[in-house]
Order: sequence, then structure tokens, then C-alpha cells
Amino acid sequence: MQKKNNPPFSILNSPFSIIKVENLTKRFGTFAAVDRITFSVGKGEIFGFLGANGAGKTTAIRMLCGLSKPTSGEGFVAGYNIEKQSEMVKKNIGYMSQKFSLYEDLKVWENIRLFAGIYGLDGKLISRKTDETLKKIGLMNEKNTLVKELPLGWKQKLAFSVAIFHEPKIVFLDEPTGGVDPITRRQFWEMIYEAAEKGITIFVTTHYMDEAEYCNRVSIMVDGRIDALDTPKQLKAQFQVESMDEVFRQLARNAKRVEN
Amino acid sequence: MLQYLIEKEFKQTFRNAFIPKLILAFPFMVLLVFPWATNQEIKNINVTVIDRDHSSWSKRLSEKLGASTYFNLVNYVNSNDEGMAVFEDGKTDMLLEIQPDFEKNLMNAGAADVMISANAVNIMKGGLGSGYMNAIVQDFANEIRAERIQTSGKTELPLIQVISQGRFNIFLDYKVFMIPALIVILMTLLCGFLPALNIVSEKEIGTIEQINVTPVKKISFILGKLIPYWTIGLFVFTLTLGLAALIYGLVPKGNLLTIYLSVLIYISTVSGLGLVISNYSSTLQQAMFVIFFFLIIFILISGLFTPIASMPQWAQIFTYFNPLRYFIEIMRMTFLKGSGFSDIWRQLAALGVWALALNGWALMSYRKRR
Repeated sequence: MQKKNNPPFSILNSPFSIIKVENLTKRFGTFAAVDRITFSVGKGEIFGFLGANGAGKTTAIRMLCGLSKPTSGEGFVAGYNIEKQSEMVKKNIGYMSQKFSLYEDLKVWENIRLFAGIYGLDGKLISRKTDETLKKIGLMNEKNTLVKELPLGWKQKLAFSVAIFHEPKIVFLDEPTGGVDPITRRQFWEMIYEAAEKGITIFVTTHYMDEAEYCNRVSIMVDGRIDALDTPKQLKAQFQVESMDEVFRQLARNAKRVEN
Repeated sequence: MLQYLIEKEFKQTFRNAFIPKLILAFPFMVLLVFPWATNQEIKNINVTVIDRDHSSWSKRLSEKLGASTYFNLVNYVNSNDEGMAVFEDGKTDMLLEIQPDFEKNLMNAGAADVMISANAVNIMKGGLGSGYMNAIVQDFANEIRAERIQTSGKTELPLIQVISQGRFNIFLDYKVFMIPALIVILMTLLCGFLPALNIVSEKEIGTIEQINVTPVKKISFILGKLIPYWTIGLFVFTLTLGLAALIYGLVPKGNLLTIYLSVLIYISTVSGLGLVISNYSSTLQQAMFVIFFFLIIFILISGLFTPIASMPQWAQIFTYFNPLRYFIEIMRMTFLKGSGFSDIWRQLAALGVWALALNGWALMSYRKRR
């Protein structure tokens, strides 16, 4: 992978924030899984959403995607209110979860066809674009393979392709690269860059700090709050450390929540 | 959008190694095995005769008993004690005790006593067995009386003989009675509970989340789940009709259009129930347990095995909340009596109300986000 220069990103550079969140909170009983987070993401940005296990990342993503109702606070995704217009939000986003829930008993092309069809794409367009996509990610030979027979890394690539197949404005990736080797992860990030170049905003959670370095900006969640948010370079400067790894450790050290 | 969901469901169903085979095996089981197994006629009741008279008439009565297809004469003993011993060993289900002087009393007084004891551990066998034996003894008494009238020339009280005829099922064939009702169970499983389990398994695997994060409409998702199973249900129903005609010559007397309309209303009712269950179940274990709960209760109070009219009043009230009850009535009426729309509209209306209520509830309780 050629070394990419990630220019320092500023909300000011991008006049259009595509995600805006204010005091967003999700409580389960008395437990605040997400505790009054406020941030915005610019159009075309690659936004890293970091945090230890149990810090509340997945809950926050699920609220942004309209899978979970906020307890309080407000949020706008692609210009739609996540509480009141969640179905409109869904039209404009792609989502790939930790489990990258493709249908294991459907073939590669059948999974693409199903989800593209649900987003309302035309049948002819789907079949043409399926071949293009599969060629691009090198899975053309596996077009008729059942998804359960694919290795993990290939499934992840396919799941990402499915998530952006309908050309959403934003794609949410929840730990998309868990459990695969560094080479596969790099290939995956090349796909992410390519999507970003096409103008798709990337909202990604990860536990790999090298991946955090690839992001334009990074937020770090601790105990349901966002404790830091800036470009990787400035975060390192702020904490006077050499790597994102150390930034993360300094912040996570203060966490009171026990990982469950 | 809907077409893609239906397509997916069919592919997954037929790709499953097990489900398509079971879907086909089911109607065959229902037709070839269940009607015989659920037969409630009692046959082959073992009888021991305690003959304390040893007369020609006591022998004649025993022989008459043995000649019946309902009874096997297993033992012929002389005393009560011997009879009880056989009874307690479980070698006999019933005792017929012929008192001493049986023949003499019949000759002289025109009356004699026999005693019937039945093992009532199996209530059905005991009760029906006593009834059958009673009938045979009565018949025997009538024969004797008729002979005596002939020989003596006396005209005693005229005999009244009751001839009963089973209308709509002339030979009182139990299979004909059971098959239409067993089809109801088949439809309940295929169109009510199979899609429910399918949805809950998508919850467990996590694929439902990937669907919920798309702009798919609730109604499309639900129809995408149900239409394939309705199609399979109607196919299996048709197959069962064909098999019933082929194997037992059982052809519905009623209008096929009425029958199919009833089937459609019924399957939408039970799929509504299945959907409600699936919406409130987060695991397959939970869903299975709830389904068993409903299925068993519904079958027991449906009139499938025991007539609703002979249930206590409070239990009868429960049956009004049971969709199976209505459909079993409809199926038996249309199949056996040839009832038309005007005869079954009440049951259809009841099913329709349930269909609306359950499907409305299902649509309300299905949440794309929590």
C-alpha cells in the first residue's frame, strides 16, 4: 500500500457536516452506555471511532444507524433526524457490523443481489455492477460460492462491498477488520480509501492503532464519553507521545468500567 | 423490493438439507400413519369368561363374545378367584362372570344376571369395552327371547330394535374423520410456526440486523417471510388432498373454492400468531417453548380428539380463542358434509377476526430498532 498523506482535517474545511450529534445518550436502566456525546463528521471524512471494549462505540453506532433509539440528545445523519426520520437515515447509509451479517447459505452474487434489491436498485444494474465489483475485489471466481465457504478476510471484503454497493453517503464500519492478518487489513483499508475518494464518508471503529493513523480524525471514547477528538497528529502532540497507541493507553487508563 | 426477499427465502429453504425433505415427509406421515394411529376405536380387548354355570347357553354366550372382532377370548375359568388372578396379572382387560344357574333362571324366570368387570386404568378401553360387551349380552338376550317366543307361541312385549346409521360417514370410519383435522395441524406447523422459527433464527444469527439497517418496510419484510411459506402450505395442502383421494378415496364433498378460501384465511391467522411469537422471542429456545405451549393447548381444546360439546362449560369458552377449533370444524364440515359458505361463515368470520387481530399485533410489535 502506498503511503497516503492524510491531510489534517478540519470541520471548517468541509462546510457540510454529514453527521452532527449533540448530547446523544443511551441508557439501559441507570447505566449510561453512551453518555452525552457531541461531535460532527465532515463530508468525505474518514472518521475513526476508537474506545476500549465496552466504552459504548457499538451502542453509539447503532443509534446513528437507526437500530437503537437514543434516550436523550439529538443527532442528524445525512441531514435526517436519527430519532424521527430513522428510515430516511437508513436510505442514505451503509452498515457493516462486527458480525458482517451476510447470509452464509446464499451465494456471493445472491447476497449482493438481495441487499442491492432491498435498496431499490434495478435488476439489470445489479447484475452488471455485481461483476464489476467482484472483479475489483478479486472474487469473480467465487461468484457462485456459498458465503460460508469463504475465508474470513474475503467475507469482510464482500461485506464492505455490499455495504457500499448502493452508493450511500456514509458507511458505518463496526470493527470491520477484526481477526484477520495485517496484509488483509491493509487491503481492506485500500478499499476504504477508494470509497472515501468517491465521496463516501467513512465512520469506522477499530482496535488497531495503526488503522487509527489512517483516519483523518479520531475520537476516543472512554466510559461512554468522548474524551479526545482530533487528527492523529495533533492528538499525539497533545499527549506528547510518539504513537496513537500511547494516546489510547493514556486515555483508557482512566476508564472505570470493567470490561464485561 | 419484495421479490428479492421472497427469492432469498425460497433459495434458503430449498438449500437447507433437512427442511424440504420434512415438508414432503409430513403429508405422507399425516395420511399414511396418523389416521391409523389416532384411531380411537377399541379392538382386541382381552376377555376372560368366568363360567360358573357350564350350561349350553353360557357356552353360547362365550362363543358369541369370541366371535366379535372387538374381543379376544383369552381364558375360560371356573371361579371368581381364578378370574381375578388373570385380571391382576394383566393378561385380561375384562371379566365376564356368568352366575350359577344362568340357564335355569333364563328358562324359568326369563331373567339372569351376568357381571362385567373392566380394567379402567385405560379409561377409553374400559368404558368402550363395557359398552360393547353390554351390547353383545343384550343381543344375546334378544336372541333367546325371540327363540322362546317362537317355541312357546306366546306373544310377549314387542321388541324394539334400534338401528343406527352414521350419516356423512356411513361406515363410521375414523380415518375419514381424522384426515381433515390432521391437515389443520399440518397447516399450523408449516404456515404458522415454521416462519416464526425462521425469523427467530435470523435474530440469533444476527442477519436480521443487517436487514433492519436497510430502509426495508416492515410489511415487505413480513410478507417476504410469509409468502414463501404460504406457497409451500398451499402446495402441501393440494398434495394432501390428492393423496387422500388416491389412498382412501376421500374426496371433499364441499366446494373446492370454499375449502381453499378457508385454507387461505386460516394460514394467515396462524402466521399472524407465529409472527407475534417471533417478535417477542429473542432465542430459538424461547420461541420453541412458547410454540409448544400453544400447540399442545390448542390441539387439546380444538375438538381434534375429544368433542368440544362434552367439555365443561369453562373449557368450552377457551375453545373460542383457539383458531384451530374453527378450522377443524370448517374442514370436517366441508369435507364430510359438503357444507357450503352459508354453513361455515361463522367460523370463517371468527378466523377472520383472529387473522386481523394477530397480524395487526404482529405488525405493531415488529421493531426495526429497540
